[in-house]
Amino acid sequence: MANPAPTPAMESFQTVRTADANANPARLKADGVNVFYGEKQALFDVSIDIPEKSVSAFIGPSGCGKSTFLRCINRMNDSIEGCRVTGDITLDGENLYDARLDVVELRARIGMVFQKPNPFPKSIFENVAYGPKIHGLARDKTDLEEIVVSSLKKAGLFEEVKDRLHAPGTGLSGGQQQRLCIARAIAVGPEVILMDEPCSALDPIATAIIEELIDELRENYTIVIVTHSMQQAARVSQKTAFFHLGKLIEEGPTEGIFTNPREKRTQDYITGRIG
Amino acid sequence: MTDITAPSVTFADPDRMAALRRRRYAADLRLRFYGIAAICTAIGLLGILVTTLVIGGYSAFTQTHIRVAFDISEDLVDRGDPAQGRWRTVVSDAIEEMFTGVEGADMRAAGQILTNNTQFIVRDAVLRNPGVIGSTLVLEIPAADPYDQLNKGVINRDLPESRRRLNDGQIALWDVLVEQGRVSRPFNWALFFNADSRFPELAGLAGAITGSFYALLVCFVISFPVGIAAAVYLEEFAPRNRLTDIVEVNINNLAAVPSIVFGLLGLAVFLQTFGLPRSAPLVGGLVLALMTLPTIIIVTRASLKAVPPSIREAALGMGASRHQVIMHHVLPLALPGILTGTIIGLAQALGETAPLLLIGMNAFITSPPGGVMEASTALPTQIFIWADSPERGFVARTSAGILVLLGFLITMNAVAIFLRQHLQRTW
Amino acid sequence: MLGYLVLAIIVFSLAAFYVGRSAGNRFVAVEGAATHSLPGYHGAFVAIWVGVPALVLVLLWLLFQETVIDGLLLAGLPAGAIDGLSAAQTRLLLSEIKNVAGGRMFGTPSEMVLEAAQTYLRWQGIAGWAMIVVAVAIMLIGGFLAYTRLAPRFRARHGVERFVTAFMIFCSAAAILTTLGIIVSLVYESLQFFAMVPAHEFFFGLNWEPQIPIRDDQVAGAGAFGAVPVFLGTLLIATIAMIIAIPVGIFSAIYLVEYADKNVRNFIKPILEILAGVPTVVYGFFAVLTVAPAIRQAGNLLGLSTSPNSALAAGLVMGIMVIPFISSLSDDALRAVPRSLRDGSLAMGATRGETITKVLVPAALPGIMGGVLLAFSRAIGETMIVVMAAGLIATMTINPLDSVTTVTVQIVTLLIGDTAFDSPKTLAAFALGLVLFVVTLCLNVVALTIVRKYREQYD
Repeated sequence: MANPAPTPAMESFQTVRTADANANPARLKADGVNVFYGEKQALFDVSIDIPEKSVSAFIGPSGCGKSTFLRCINRMNDSIEGCRVTGDITLDGENLYDARLDVVELRARIGMVFQKPNPFPKSIFENVAYGPKIHGLARDKTDLEEIVVSSLKKAGLFEEVKDRLHAPGTGLSGGQQQRLCIARAIAVGPEVILMDEPCSALDPIATAIIEELIDELRENYTIVIVTHSMQQAARVSQKTAFFHLGKLIEEGPTEGIFTNPREKRTQDYITGRIG
Repeated sequence: MTDITAPSVTFADPDRMAALRRRRYAADLRLRFYGIAAICTAIGLLGILVTTLVIGGYSAFTQTHIRVAFDISEDLVDRGDPAQGRWRTVVSDAIEEMFTGVEGADMRAAGQILTNNTQFIVRDAVLRNPGVIGSTLVLEIPAADPYDQLNKGVINRDLPESRRRLNDGQIALWDVLVEQGRVSRPFNWALFFNADSRFPELAGLAGAITGSFYALLVCFVISFPVGIAAAVYLEEFAPRNRLTDIVEVNINNLAAVPSIVFGLLGLAVFLQTFGLPRSAPLVGGLVLALMTLPTIIIVTRASLKAVPPSIREAALGMGASRHQVIMHHVLPLALPGILTGTIIGLAQALGETAPLLLIGMNAFITSPPGGVMEASTALPTQIFIWADSPERGFVARTSAGILVLLGFLITMNAVAIFLRQHLQRTW
Repeated sequence: MLGYLVLAIIVFSLAAFYVGRSAGNRFVAVEGAATHSLPGYHGAFVAIWVGVPALVLVLLWLLFQETVIDGLLLAGLPAGAIDGLSAAQTRLLLSEIKNVAGGRMFGTPSEMVLEAAQTYLRWQGIAGWAMIVVAVAIMLIGGFLAYTRLAPRFRARHGVERFVTAFMIFCSAAAILTTLGIIVSLVYESLQFFAMVPAHEFFFGLNWEPQIPIRDDQVAGAGAFGAVPVFLGTLLIATIAMIIAIPVGIFSAIYLVEYADKNVRNFIKPILEILAGVPTVVYGFFAVLTVAPAIRQAGNLLGLSTSPNSALAAGLVMGIMVIPFISSLSDDALRAVPRSLRDGSLAMGATRGETITKVLVPAALPGIMGGVLLAFSRAIGETMIVVMAAGLIATMTINPLDSVTTVTVQIVTLLIGDTAFDSPKTLAAFALGLVLFVVTLCLNVVALTIVRKYREQYD
């Protein structure tokens, strides 16, 4: 890799940013986010713009705060006792941590897919129909069926399960379960989908299918993916952010980060020296 | 891979969704309210239970006494043989002296103010101290139940005479005693030091407490070693096969068998087949031991499981035999947990009533048992007997008995919690 | 005398221990490290051989002495003395003989009884001395045999450990023996009952009047042992209890697991556990003293005819008693649902309430069902509350304001007081006990299986 000498580590911490002229405009922005678990601070002053309808990847060694930050975006940290968030995260200029904001509405707009596939112990159909049902998105049964089928199609699962929509979702293979969870998230019609290491529990073939799916989904959804596989970040994302010890070290177009990291720690990580 | 068309949500009217959200939050709030209501119901019922017991029972912790001067004249009581004295006359003389000028029916009523057993109380006091013969002996005598209730305000003077247990004449007699300053209401030690009696003012728990103590002792002596030995075998030595599976399932089910079935077992096996004596704390303890055994086995196994295998391996590595490993290392480490479970099991056994009824520990017995083979009652069965007695005084006695029983249970559980917190180590 | 004998056995065993240990010490002094077992094991080995056989002998002797002497006594009576006597009358005769022997005479006993009493005393004396002689002999023989085996290379530790293992196996069998004892005694007495009263009469008859047979030898009138109303009453009261306990138990578990913060939880859980620790006789008293009169008054206010010991009062209080069973098992079941399901639902924008009702409760349903079944079996087998608060007369009704009776109430009333093991009245209690045992056993097995399967699902 031929690249200029990395910038020396600075005394006062500053995220290294590379602008991307081709990037879509950003509707989701974070500004100066700090997260505390009790006394312990888990995230330090994270600011980042997430471009619309593209895939942004958060990478970094485990415990670096990337998942914590992801969970801040749809306020999943609310359910953890003793967790405190300061700073602003805005969607279309609206602060997600505004006291008047409705978390339930927010989570309908920002969906999430978890590390381990977690289908509910119900049928495949019921799994996908769950979101539309609770949010009242379907007027009647045909409407609901339509939503379920189209969500399953978009998640690339429909062909495999169309004969057994009423079989339990827990009976599917791991990769299918994860796509079911993606279909479940899509069914609510979110604008943003957060994915927390969605492939870490899957085999390479299932991983390839999901990655392909993510690439297709980016046409309609803003996707944020946390991964500790740099190859995966390089394959699926347009923008990459590198976290280390609770700090956002560097962010920029994926191309640039992997070929031409400007921070030494980023380079150390992608060349395997820290991790 | 698939056709990606317009967003799947075909129908998402913001106003409608907002209205729906309000309803959804209301449903959430309702569920939360149901939860709070359920908890308040449970705690409220417990509160009512405890309150009724305390209100009903606290008065039995005091007992109305009357100070009476008995003239132990040598005419009535012979120095040589005081036990054969004319004690009934001694008592009636003392009563006549208190109520000078009262005649006929009123005098008969006056005779019932003191407890029925007064003559024996006086006799026993004189036998203990024969020197008083020929002089006057002043004693505090318990008042009979209706007067005790009157003094405690349970009998309402304002009610019409026909609805009171004491008529105006009887109340007038009582007021004479009050005016003479003879009435006092000290702590009711008799509740703890007397055995059962037909008269509420004399009835106490001594027999029941002793009986329960003996029964629990038998229960402990049997179930503790047997339970530990069984648990150690099943946990540390037994091969995993169908037989041990059956034993395991069997133990779990035994813990859920209704207690009365154990009573039937005790009746058929211990009384009928082996011919052990009825109402004996020994039989009660045996039945309770069989009931407590599963509990002790289950807790002991849990405590043994909690000891990390590294300790066993370390000791085995030193060349200790498996028995030595268990005796020297595993059991001592598991002991606090075992003790905690045992105490809780014994507390359950202490409150158990139904099986004791079937083996006859609900007999009317007026002296504490001298050993495990003598007929006796137990605390819960004594409560059952008193609860069935019609006298007003027994209602208060029952509540008081329950409070004493609960006191024992709370103490035992507190000891168990103390052991758990101070001795048990977490790995 | 028995106390001295036990004391003697203990003293002999201790002595044997010291003798054995000093032998062990000698071995160590002579052979050093070549000795297999520590001296203490040599001591314990001899002590076991001295004490244990003697103790077992004494125990068995005591268990069977009375039966054997009774048999001898009856056999020794003049010919024809017990012909034509029922079992109960024979028992009466025996106890009269023993009373006379014990010096408690009521009236003037017959010549035969006086003579038998003498024989009884003689037999007792012989038995007592025989026991002592045999016990001492066994101790001496055991001690001698064990002592002669001691040697430097003798594996005394193995001997001791084998004994300990055998003891532990015996103790493990105690649980099985208890179950067997329950089954055998219930089945045996029930078979006798069904020999007197046909089984279909008992299981399908609609008329329960067990108090009819007054004389011992009188066979119950037809239809007097139809247990259907008793079963119905049991179900009625248990159902009322479950109607109270299921919602209260499940909703409190939901609140504690999903809504309450840690402090509230730590405060409330022990209070719910107190409900489980209160002895049932206390609940029974509460039912009689407070709840039943309150229900009666409320019923009178509404113009309903309410029995003083209504099924509602007993059922309500029983409901309070089983609340903690349901709440703690539901609590466990809800907490066993993996966090990821909870997160998955919340991340879809479900409210907490929706997450609970649509995801967590369905997922935890098997565990909750197990708890409900266990609680139901508790309610069916519960005795004291119904003995104190329910009625004695078996009525065919499902009106909760009426008085009904239950299986457990009938068992207690049939068996309290003097019991004769050959009257259908007494035996009926065992038949009821058998039904109770079988039903609760089935409920428990099903419930425990469901709970275990459910736990495995999320492990």
